[in-house]
Amino acid sequence: MSSASIALETDAEGRRWLRLGGEWRLMALASRYEALRTELQARARDADLGWNLDGIESLDSVGAMMLWQAWGHAFPERVQIPPSLEPVFARLYASTKKPETGPEPKGRLEWVVTVGRLSLGLWRHLVDFVALVGQLIIDIGHVLRAPREGPWRETSANLYKSGVRAMPVTALVGFLIGIVLSYLSALQLKNFGADIFIVNILGMGIIRELGPVLVAVLVAGRSGSAMTAQLGVMRVTEEIDALATMGVSRSLRLVFPKVAALALAMPLLVLWTSAIALMGGAVSAQFQLDISYAFFIDTLPKVVPVANLTIAMAKGVTFGILVALVACHFGLRVRPNTESLSSNTTASVVSAITIVILVDAVFAIATRKIGMPL
Amino acid sequence: MKPVIEVDNLSTRFGEHWVHRDLNLVIEAGKVMALVGGSGSGKTTLLRQMIGLLHPTKGQIRLFGEPLFTGSIVQERNLRRRFGMLFQYGALYSAFNVFQNIAFPLRELGVLDEDLIHDLVMLKLSMVELLPRHAWLMPSELSGGMIKRVALARALSMEPELLLLDEPTAGLDPDRSESFVRLINSLHRQLGLTVVLVTHDLDTLAGMASRVAVLAEQRILALGTIDEITRVDHPFIRNFFCCDRAHRALQERMNG
Repeated sequence: MSSASIALETDAEGRRWLRLGGEWRLMALASRYEALRTELQARARDADLGWNLDGIESLDSVGAMMLWQAWGHAFPERVQIPPSLEPVFARLYASTKKPETGPEPKGRLEWVVTVGRLSLGLWRHLVDFVALVGQLIIDIGHVLRAPREGPWRETSANLYKSGVRAMPVTALVGFLIGIVLSYLSALQLKNFGADIFIVNILGMGIIRELGPVLVAVLVAGRSGSAMTAQLGVMRVTEEIDALATMGVSRSLRLVFPKVAALALAMPLLVLWTSAIALMGGAVSAQFQLDISYAFFIDTLPKVVPVANLTIAMAKGVTFGILVALVACHFGLRVRPNTESLSSNTTASVVSAITIVILVDAVFAIATRKIGMPL
Repeated sequence: MKPVIEVDNLSTRFGEHWVHRDLNLVIEAGKVMALVGGSGSGKTTLLRQMIGLLHPTKGQIRLFGEPLFTGSIVQERNLRRRFGMLFQYGALYSAFNVFQNIAFPLRELGVLDEDLIHDLVMLKLSMVELLPRHAWLMPSELSGGMIKRVALARALSMEPELLLLDEPTAGLDPDRSESFVRLINSLHRQLGLTVVLVTHDLDTLAGMASRVAVLAEQRILALGTIDEITRVDHPFIRNFFCCDRAHRALQERMNG
């Protein structure tokens, strides 16, 4: 096989021919594509020139298309094509005869359509979310009337996956946050000689505020994304449709266990993480301010009213339910393609964290008169 | 004629289970070779080994006379650009539309200009009997038959010398499957490709294959034209070819 060649020659009658030879295939042309294309186009401007393709050893549609484009999508006046290459050009010719339609052009009022589509999209989100919550309430009613039909095994599995398995990471993060918080506060408190208030700051801050929000953010990133991805892939592989055809309610079998598991696991995780964070704080306080562990533990109940713990638990339950609901909502919206799966998983985590922080603000306002130390 | 694929003493093991043992196979250029065999006989595994998606446990595979896995990135890439693969479920990139899917390998080449790519994509679409307006659809909007056609157009976009088909007609209704077989046959005639296909479907087998390799008992049990194969006396081959369905499919081929 020889590489593609272009040669100019004149025949006995004084006509000029461009003789093409060699291998005109994609893999052979690729390295010299630019040079060949420029030369062909320059030659094609000369209308008197004849084209002789007899020397071409092999031609594929890329090579043929290069010639065809150089010729301006029509055969030149004088062209000699060997019979063996004719089918290649016949295919080309057939394909160019079909009318072509590009994507629809954008109108001038495109932005109205965009705004409308966005609002409708937001509205659909709301409607779907309300429908999901409504269906869940119906399911809970059903489970209360017929407890034997409850998806307890799935709930237990979810409890293990999103609760027990989350304990190491929440403990680690909690402990470190406790140390950092205690260390930074200690630096300031020392200046005022208000050392013993470290217990108040850590107790109120961690138990009432930081613990629940920290756990919610971790769980949204860890379990929320997993739930969305799981439901999304089940949508893609039609497993959810398979469940429906067997008469199994998807909300009862897939959504309920996740919501129930997180509603149970979250307050427990909050308790666990807050306790570890306080331990971290106590360790740091002992090193920085010489506050003994005994003093820390003794003072804590005196400066942090027990109502704060109740608020933390209530937050835990609420955040758990919200994270699971948001995860399921986005998981069930996944359409069967990779792009949709990734964008819905992202949307799930971001929305869950945002909603958790919004609801936390509502909690702060609603409980502003409860649990404050005298 | 130089063989396109040479499989030398290939052995494959998954865990404790031997899928192939000392398997030898030579596929000549310009032929349509079908691999048949029962479920779990390692047809798809062999196909994936031929194109370097799986490493064999032992033995060697040569494509176009060159060994796979030479370690040179450029050499391997150039080798991979010489064949096209049609996956069982199409494996279209779901984030791209039809046009972008077919243009993807051409754009990866990095030398062709957009004008040429556009015309080539339209040419491939017309070769697989789709219309230009289908170019702007997303894979999720296509029917099963259209997915196969687009996947075939993508497999052909690099002008391959070798086309591998994994269950080309699985999941298509008989009518569609017949027209898909006709399409591949006419492309085979036009382009002079070597085609290797894995199939369960006797109609597809009878409609396309000039040669058949039967994979059973961890090796190539028999190799030859359909006529020769049906005359081999072996329980698996009897079962596979000699039921009513097979007779009907073969009869139709003889008559038509």
